[in-house]
Amino acid sequence: MTVRVQTEDFDVGAEIAALRKECPQVGAVASFVGVVRDLNEGDAVSTMMLEHYPGMTEKALEAIVEEAKSRWDILGVTVIHRIGELKPLDQIVLVVVTSAHRGESFAACEFIMDYLKTRAPFWKKEETPQGERWVEARDSDDQAAERWADDSRRG
Amino acid sequence: MVKLLFFARLREELGTAGEELKLPEHVRTVEALRQHLMTRGETWKEVLGPTKALRVSVNHEMAKADTPVHAGDEVAFFPPVTGG
Repeated sequence: MTVRVQTEDFDVGAEIAALRKECPQVGAVASFVGVVRDLNEGDAVSTMMLEHYPGMTEKALEAIVEEAKSRWDILGVTVIHRIGELKPLDQIVLVVVTSAHRGESFAACEFIMDYLKTRAPFWKKEETPQGERWVEARDSDDQAAERWADDSRRG
Repeated sequence: MVKLLFFARLREELGTAGEELKLPEHVRTVEALRQHLMTRGETWKEVLGPTKALRVSVNHEMAKADTPVHAGDEVAFFPPVTGG
């Protein structure tokens, strides 16, 4: 299990290769990449600043990964989240999950993203033609995280 | 003493990233601490008042209104998170 918070970009292929390396029991790899869009709430976004809470961020991400491991039979997890100044097209976040069969890694990957969105202490500030503004949390993200409380979705 | 931290919009609106605070005798929970900070003036009242847009952690764990606060704790106030 790897959790990293970093300013530099990441190489998705290299991260997947590293997680699979010397693990012949892996039969499935699910990955998610979040990227910066050039439009939010109807306004053009030129730059995005990502702030976080050093110390808590890593613990929160590790707790989310541990929760995923307790729910699904998964073999490996990599979570990388970038901080600092990002531009449209830039990669922000990577989640990679490996398992023997696809169901486990698909579900765990989505779970980790849904929980990260509501529990990991990151905040986005975006620059638009109207000036700088903090991105507001979305109710839909809370709803996405809450549906995992429903046991029927567990693997 | 407790270590107070403020992040993102809260840090900007309060004009501070944090401070060391000597806990008054009656302040033993997150909610009591919030109420105490709100007595500092209009800005503090406006920023810490709307609890729907407020999250608190104690020692890096998400906290609730009744979470205890002790000397030596690190308490952070911040808006709902928007990462990913």
